[in-house]
Amino acid sequence: MADTAIRTRRAAPPPAGGQKRAGRLPRAAVHHPWWFALPAVAVFVAFFLVPNLLNFYYPFTNWSSYHPDIAFTGLDNFRTIADDGSLLRSLRTTLLYAALAALFQNGFGLGLALLLEEDSRFNRFFRAVFFLPVLISALAVGYVFQALLDQDGALNSALGTDIPWLGSTTWTVVVVSVIHGWKWMGLAMLIYLAGLKGIPGDMLEAAKVDGAGPWRTFRSVRWPMLAPALTFNVTTALIGSMNTFDIVQATTGGGPAASTEVFNIYMFRIFGQGLYAQASAMSLVLFLIVVAIAIPLVVGLRRREQML
Amino acid sequence: MWRYGRPALVLLLAGLAVGVPLWLVLVTSAKPQGEAVRPNLDPPRHWQPAENYADAVSQGEMFRGFVNSLLVVVPSVALVLILGAGAAWVFARRSSRLVSAAYALTISGLLLPPAVITIVMELRQLGLAGTRPGMIAVYTGMYLSTSVFFMTGFIRAIPTELEEAARLDGAGPLRIFLRIILPLLRPVIATATIMVMLYAWSDIFYAFFVLGGGDGATLPINLYQVASAQLYLNNWHLIFAYVVVMSLPMVAVFLVAQRKIVSGITSGAVK
Repeated sequence: MADTAIRTRRAAPPPAGGQKRAGRLPRAAVHHPWWFALPAVAVFVAFFLVPNLLNFYYPFTNWSSYHPDIAFTGLDNFRTIADDGSLLRSLRTTLLYAALAALFQNGFGLGLALLLEEDSRFNRFFRAVFFLPVLISALAVGYVFQALLDQDGALNSALGTDIPWLGSTTWTVVVVSVIHGWKWMGLAMLIYLAGLKGIPGDMLEAAKVDGAGPWRTFRSVRWPMLAPALTFNVTTALIGSMNTFDIVQATTGGGPAASTEVFNIYMFRIFGQGLYAQASAMSLVLFLIVVAIAIPLVVGLRRREQML
Repeated sequence: MWRYGRPALVLLLAGLAVGVPLWLVLVTSAKPQGEAVRPNLDPPRHWQPAENYADAVSQGEMFRGFVNSLLVVVPSVALVLILGAGAAWVFARRSSRLVSAAYALTISGLLLPPAVITIVMELRQLGLAGTRPGMIAVYTGMYLSTSVFFMTGFIRAIPTELEEAARLDGAGPLRIFLRIILPLLRPVIATATIMVMLYAWSDIFYAFFVLGGGDGATLPINLYQVASAQLYLNNWHLIFAYVVVMSLPMVAVFLVAQRKIVSGITSGAVK
């Protein structure tokens, strides 16, 4: 993550030895020449960065399937999406969805990691079982849960109930974010497990000797030591779920009454209508929101790591 | 108490959280249409998995979708790994302002959302819209950050003495990279392969914008089209046959690479 960018300089390897400084070029340029890195940087710039830069221009034009040439129109697109309410509604839905999805994904993941921490054959098998949802495409996951949660679906028929799980304008967004958390809990679990594995055994031993119970050990040893895993998980979960599309599209398609219409669903719908510049305007808003949230979040979580 | 409570809890959770959805997928994919109209957890009264899978292949263009997916995903993953490893090596070993800046730039893709609408615009201008090379370029650009990030963290943990020893034997940078760094990267390559394959294999959002629903449609797009016909056809049995076939390759890759994944994550992400 960008958090590593912050500590790049500190973590860089010290200049090794330094006695034999032969040749005219600095040894770094000889031993690790730039041309190993340039293709990656070039592809990234051309197909990731340039589109993101273009995204600061096209939202201010009338680009659509109805206009042969593109003309500058100022803030018209933003005015349109603000006036018809889709901007604020999508914003609220996306942020709520992302926060809930990150919460569920991390809660489930941490719980599973603690439950399956010990390295036994039994636990290794069930780690793989809980990782299964990660391997199934998000679109497929969406259809599975549509079949489960539909009013005519499997859950109601098994429980003998008649609950519209996906039909509430208030609660469906929560249900869908639980599904998102379910799909990605296996990955969060693996990362928390990696974090748990990094805790020195004598530290846990010492806590035991001092008479700390499981809860006390968790609070004072495990939880602080899990800080880097938490940083990684919370950041990727939050940002990943702001970019969500498939699960929502497959379960609700943005409904009921647009109550689950996140940014990407809106973009997809509007692009399909040929209103490219308007979709692009929403994409720019998403970009700015992600930047505004991600940077303080990463900095804050990093600072927290250092304090723990 | 907890000695038996823990495994019992694990079994219960696995059964409810993973077992039930999995069971639903498997039984529905084996039911005739009449039984599958209202999805439930009952076992099929009449088993017909073979017919359903054959229908999914013929009606859902499954074979074409599979080939299309492979033709896009395999080159993307290969490019992401090769380009990413080269870049990560330089980023991990050199230290200067310029290197730090290039590294920060390259992994910024982990945070920033791809600008999918203007990607379409750019590809049109390059003549790559709706083509496989265009799709490959987009996936590579998007997932490079992930592999560079994981690999850089991993290479930093490899002692430089290994490289120096080879250098004393007269090996040049390319040789050192191919003979020493790449083989040592195996665990993190496994992790990156899984991650990138996962994203690219199941992606529908970007595929929709770049490839559209035509001849180049990948498996997820086909699944979406099969499911969108759902409103008129009630074809849950076909949808779930599709879901099974789409998931199997990922499960297979995971089973092969599984052991390496955990060590890759340990060294790449959490430090």
